[in-house]
Amino acid sequence: IKMAPDPVEELNVANDGKSLDSEFLRFKCGDPEEHSLEQALLLKERCGGRVTVVALDAPEVDDVLYTALAKGADSAVKINLDQTKLGSIATAYVFASYFVEKARITEDTLIMPGTQSIDDIEGEMGAILAELLELPYVGVVSGLNIEGGKAIVIKEFRSGIRGEYEVQLPAVFGIQSAEKPPRYVPVAKVRAAMKSSKIETVELSEPQKANILEIERMYKPEVAGRAQIIEGDINQVAARLAEIFAERGII
Amino acid sequence: MSAPANIIVLIEHLKGSIPEISYEMLGIARKIADSSGGKVFAFIAGKGARELVAGLGAADTALVMDDPSAERLNDDVIIEGLKRAMVEKEASLVFVGCTNISFGIGSRLSRRTGVPYVNWVKEIKPVDTGYLVTSAVYGGKILSDVALKDGRAILGILSGSFPPDAGKIQKQPVVEEVSKPDVKSKLAFKRLIEPKAGDIDITRMDVLVSVGRGIQTPDNIPLAEELASALGGAVSASRPVVDQGWLPLTRQVGKSGMSVAPRLYLALGISGAPEHYEGMKGSKLIVAINTDPKAPIFDFAHYGAVVDCLELIEPLKEEILKRKGAK
Ligand SMILES: Cc1cc2nc3c(=O)[nH]c(=O)nc-3n(C[C@H](O)[C@H](O)[C@H](O)COP(=O)(O)OP(=O)(O)OC[C@H]3O[C@@H](n4cnc5c(N)ncnc54)[C@H](O)[C@@H]3O)c2cc1C
Ligand SMILES: Nc1ncnc2c1ncn2[C@@H]1O[C@H](COP(=O)(O)O)[C@@H](O)[C@H]1O
Repeated sequence: IKMAPDPVEELNVANDGKSLDSEFLRFKCGDPEEHSLEQALLLKERCGGRVTVVALDAPEVDDVLYTALAKGADSAVKINLDQTKLGSIATAYVFASYFVEKARITEDTLIMPGTQSIDDIEGEMGAILAELLELPYVGVVSGLNIEGGKAIVIKEFRSGIRGEYEVQLPAVFGIQSAEKPPRYVPVAKVRAAMKSSKIETVELSEPQKANILEIERMYKPEVAGRAQIIEGDINQVAARLAEIFAERGII
Repeated sequence: MSAPANIIVLIEHLKGSIPEISYEMLGIARKIADSSGGKVFAFIAGKGARELVAGLGAADTALVMDDPSAERLNDDVIIEGLKRAMVEKEASLVFVGCTNISFGIGSRLSRRTGVPYVNWVKEIKPVDTGYLVTSAVYGGKILSDVALKDGRAILGILSGSFPPDAGKIQKQPVVEEVSKPDVKSKLAFKRLIEPKAGDIDITRMDVLVSVGRGIQTPDNIPLAEELASALGGAVSASRPVVDQGWLPLTRQVGKSGMSVAPRLYLALGISGAPEHYEGMKGSKLIVAINTDPKAPIFDFAHYGAVVDCLELIEPLKEEILKRKGAK
């Protein structure tokens, strides 16, 4: 699970001019990760097995881990390193050492990060992790099943066209969307999970370099302001839009 | 002045056609190579690759790894092929699309070659001995500059960043056959799955009323449908709306969904992420309704209004019906 700044919030660049100002940022579970958890739970319901959610430390992450437990994950693990300080390559090294040192990868392990997050300038963590662990990788996955000990995955291409692959396990799959919308869990159940279960913490050493790419400058795009903004109250906006559509011969 | 840049462009193709992103990459590669005295290599792999080289005239040489045996080659094979070509052609730059098809190829190639990868690239400027590349992160809300001091990199190019026409040169490049590396793949391509037919074909509509997360609940979709039918069009959507199961996949516009180019694209509560833009940038008239004045969609819409789309739907429908009735 990766925490991501809520995209609805305004993003600002910090004083160093090279990073996001995180002081007022609200973090939530990333969209793709909601789906990877859902897909994992669906697989467990279909084929059995255990679901473990793993995350690095980040604001609000405990809530997300307890929510995952309430939804049906079997265990939750928090690694003691700060997610917001590590780029995707360093993060992949951290997870690789987690799998080598702490969690055992077996012939039926599926590692399911989200496909991609909105800040991965260094590349997709899942793809890099697969390289480090020498495992097969498929990204942009929107369907996943196990048949005869192998994974059958659906990958999105373009124009609604998808491809089906058969993959030997263990493997890493970047999940784009689960077969069903992520399930909802009432707050009461999350509270119950907080009482009845524990998040396991795992200590790992800091990766050598937090970021591989050196960012010279971060900034907001110049508002090209191509859109001509229609001012006025709702009725004025509606009238002007209808006028534009008529001028263009659309109506 | 930068050293001559030999550039490899990974050409995508699906069902016998080459998408625009490949031409965008060829065009910018040609420009950079010409200004530095380097060469452009178009790397094209998989079934039917040989037939497609005629469209790759912007490259000096097409490196063709044709393989009639599989409908799609595995990424592992493509990555190994690119790695070899980088050495043989002394390439300092490799361009791959930030697309679903090429997803993960750049970052894995980078791990295997030690050449840095930069994702989401939308601009490349030569400076001193290298380049300054600009990436669009956080769904296009923030730009980020990275300096490539020695001029070596693998770049993931964001679709819609460079003019495709510059890469469309009808001339046969020199063709060089490349043998398929012997890779023990742990995955096997099985089949292509076509989108389900039967629903409305949004790629053929003149008017699309497209709904995003700002539509808030599935109960509001029928309102958008009424507006669409007043306009003689249909409802399409951004990914989250489809992922929630509020509309079928056939209605999704964007990178993984359909590419549309209607006469009117009316976006209700869509932020305008690069993955969405990719599918609707060809629309003749883009009108965006969004409560956030800083939403990226206003950067490429023709008209916009910063109002609640749920409040606008009804009065807009009335105004349209009024005008149509008056005709
Ligand atoms: C590999 C990959 C493939 C993808 N493929 C696609 C794809 O094919 N298509 C696609 O669309 N996305 C795709 N995405 C997702 C994309 O990155 C964005 O997450 C998505 O487009 C956002 O959808 P949205 O604009 O509806 O939602 P948000 O980004 O959440 O935006 C909602 C907007 O609604 C506005 N709003 C809220 N309430 C109101 C209101 N009452 N009135 C007016 N405005 C309101 C908000 O200000 C906000 O700007 C893909 C992502 C990845 C990683
Ligand atoms: N620090 C992290 N902690 C947990 N998961 C991560 C982290 N970084 C990346 N991931 C996962 O890997 C996916 C791809 O990451 P990214 O490289 O950020 O595009 C994300 O969607 C997450 O699911």
